[in-house]
Amino acid sequence: MTWGLLLQAVISGLLLGGVYGLVASGLTLIFGVLRIINFAHGAIMMLAMYASYWLHALGGVDPYLSILLTAPLFFVLGVGVQRVVIEPNRRAAEHNQLLLTLGLALFLENLALVLWQGDFRTVRSAISGTSFMLGDALVEGARLVACAGAVVVCVGLFAWLRLTDAGKALRALAEEPEGAALMGIDVTRIRGVAFGMGAACVAVAGALVTPFFYVAPDVGESFNIMAFVVVVLGGMGNFLGALLGGFVIGLAESLGATLLPGSLKYLVVFLLFVLVLLLRPEGIFGGARGR
Amino acid sequence: MAARAVGLVALAALVALPPLLPKYFLEVLISVLFYAYLGESWNVLGGYAGQFSFGHAAFFGIGAYTSTLLFLRLAVSPWIGMVAGGLLAAGFGLFAGSLSFRYGLRGPYFSLVTLAFAEMLRVVAVNTKAVGSSLGLSIAPRSAPALFLFDGKLPYYYVILAMALGAVLLTRAIERSKLGYALHAVRENEDAAEAAGVDTLAMKLRAMAISSFLTALGGTFYAQYYGYIDPSLTFGPAVSIQGLLQAIVGGAGTVLGPFVGSFVLTPISELSRAALRGRAGADVMLYGLILVLVISFLPHGLVGWFRRR
Amino acid sequence: MSDLLRVRGLTKRFGGLVAVNRLDLDVGAGEIVGLIGPNGAGKTTAFHVISGFHVPSAGEIVFKGASVVGQKPHAICRRGLARTFQIVQPFAGLTALENVMIGAFNRTGDVAEGRAHAREVLDFVGLGSHRDAPARTLTLADRKRLEMARALATQPELLLLDEVMSGLNPTEIDQIVGLLRTIHARGVAILLIEHVMRAVMALSHRLVVLHHGEKIAQGPPGEVARDRRVIDAYLGESA
Ligand SMILES: Nc1ncnc2c1ncn2[C@@H]1O[C@H](COP(=O)(O)OP(=O)(O)OP(=O)(O)O)[C@@H](O)[C@H]1O
Ligand SMILES: [Mg+2]
Repeated sequence: MTWGLLLQAVISGLLLGGVYGLVASGLTLIFGVLRIINFAHGAIMMLAMYASYWLHALGGVDPYLSILLTAPLFFVLGVGVQRVVIEPNRRAAEHNQLLLTLGLALFLENLALVLWQGDFRTVRSAISGTSFMLGDALVEGARLVACAGAVVVCVGLFAWLRLTDAGKALRALAEEPEGAALMGIDVTRIRGVAFGMGAACVAVAGALVTPFFYVAPDVGESFNIMAFVVVVLGGMGNFLGALLGGFVIGLAESLGATLLPGSLKYLVVFLLFVLVLLLRPEGIFGGARGR
Repeated sequence: MAARAVGLVALAALVALPPLLPKYFLEVLISVLFYAYLGESWNVLGGYAGQFSFGHAAFFGIGAYTSTLLFLRLAVSPWIGMVAGGLLAAGFGLFAGSLSFRYGLRGPYFSLVTLAFAEMLRVVAVNTKAVGSSLGLSIAPRSAPALFLFDGKLPYYYVILAMALGAVLLTRAIERSKLGYALHAVRENEDAAEAAGVDTLAMKLRAMAISSFLTALGGTFYAQYYGYIDPSLTFGPAVSIQGLLQAIVGGAGTVLGPFVGSFVLTPISELSRAALRGRAGADVMLYGLILVLVISFLPHGLVGWFRRR
Repeated sequence: MSDLLRVRGLTKRFGGLVAVNRLDLDVGAGEIVGLIGPNGAGKTTAFHVISGFHVPSAGEIVFKGASVVGQKPHAICRRGLARTFQIVQPFAGLTALENVMIGAFNRTGDVAEGRAHAREVLDFVGLGSHRDAPARTLTLADRKRLEMARALATQPELLLLDEVMSGLNPTEIDQIVGLLRTIHARGVAILLIEHVMRAVMALSHRLVVLHHGEKIAQGPPGEVARDRRVIDAYLGESA
């Protein structure tokens, strides 16, 4: 174990962590407003990755540019899914709502499998393959852009929540559902917006990772699980916590990969997950309580 | 009375008809009973106690690996290994359960933590050479009934039929016992149950132990029937989802729910696989759709819907 | 009079809020004690702590000579202290009879025996004719009775009742008062939270008045009703 390897692990971890942070921000936004743990979050991200892939494969659109199309598209898709599938079951038992999103995830993931088979597909962007050295560590251009892009979007999301009317309404609803309804906020619409924004987040994250990540029907699964871990770590419904938690989990995964053989890095991540769930279900950085 | 008659006729058919069935139908019927069994096992904890485990693959995998490793490495008969696996799984269930319940994890948080436990075991299995890592373990086919290995499918059919019926009878006994009432109370309202003197932690742990023990036996059956196990086949999330799905679609917390669920779902899956030959995923895609529809329109499953009419 | 329940210096804080502050409270065997006070005084919180749902921030709770601090609610219930909830908590999917059976199983492991006892208790509280109705279909008044029946079926020595008369009409209130008298006559001590003054005055041997978490008065109902501080507390609430 050399310092160079360690530095490499830290850098890779932080770069991936930014993306986890963005995916988790979407999840935490949905949880904050709808009180639903969205099991289909990763599957929606997978669909978005396919959207970027096909735009590239058929239309020659650079994955980064595809965001301009996929983000609004997935926002609308998210609003639609919320309205048609989730909203009618708003009063169902908590576990049934969880199963609802699980069903949605199974459906979407296997729809992709039926349509496009299980092959791994890759997308090349103009900057795929570019890299530079930072000390002893290699930094890939695409990963750096992904992390930077993710952080920028997170900050933008944060600003949107603080500054715009829709964002403020959304926060009001997350903090005090009854109060928000009394204040004349169109609660149903805002719930749709929250789900749509969550989907838009993973659409962006998906496009950002396609230049260095494979696209396949089950690619969303690992992001989904990571986002759960991050959201629990950062505190359910806590945005800043989601971003910070993303970096923590990215680091844990990457250090685990360097220090442990095989895929045991996931053991580290899950161990962290279980410990946080048991000891601090409100998350390390606080948030809506989990008990 | 009519229900009892229908039940007896169905039972007689399940016992008498299979020898006459073509091989393909026998295989489908084995699948139906196998998933019904997994559903019944999950149902004790998920349906009756209302604790929605997303990680029953952990117990399934422990069962499959324990009996198979005991057999391959120490030549212990899987009939004995099956019980050992069940006990080990129950032990793990009690460990995982007391951790999660003691720390007050409820609802979706319990689902997540059980999922994490199963995934941890999967990762460990993938990375452990001694248990075959991701290559898995194979059991060579031969005829040795004392070793849970049979010639042809029919004996396996009767084994899984016995297991499934055993699970149904056990569930019925639980439902009518004090434990059954206590579990129902826990599922409805834990605070009220405590106030009425129900030791909710002990009850949930009891359900956990029974449910994990039964699930592990299913793991051994799988290993013996297919002759091959690997980490994702046994510890993967798909296994957990399969058990839960039968119970939810058929009716969680009812004795026959998982049976009904499997008799509806498994043939659908077989048909869709046959119809879309070569297209992997069609069956699970349908499952996802059915799950969404059932939750939306029959939140108490088929049995619950039938009863409420 | 021998003390069944002895509470000393009981304090419960929620963050900065002191919901119950150094409360001393006794209930003797065979006694009916009324716990009154304006909304938010801390009455329900005191019940939660005594019955084991909250851990006290400080103080002693001794029931039948032994401390119950730190024990789980079910263990306290088994020792003979049963409670009802202000917001009724029936097992909605179970029938009235099954609801009460859950309580009855505290004293028997036998299902038939539990069922027989639950039937008696249901008849006793006047719900016999609704035996097989799912709890969710019962009226509020019947749900309050069910709540009491479930607690009674555990065969308690002390019954903590949290506003079992609120939301009921005068006839129903009179019925409950009669029921509580019978329960008391069978040797069960009662600690009663109640806003229906007429009833609580008629039933209680002693009143304890809470205000902002503190005990501001106690004594026989007639005396307490004339207490200046009690009158101010209630007037302050409506002002
Ligand atoms: N779990 C809790 N967390 C924080 N504060 C609480 C909690 N439970 C009660 N409180 C607060 O403690 C105070 C006392 O509440 P409590 O319910 O005990 O009053 P009460 O006397 O029963 O009132 P009421 O007559 O309206 O039922 C209130 O200010 C309440 O908001
Ligand atoms: Mg109260």
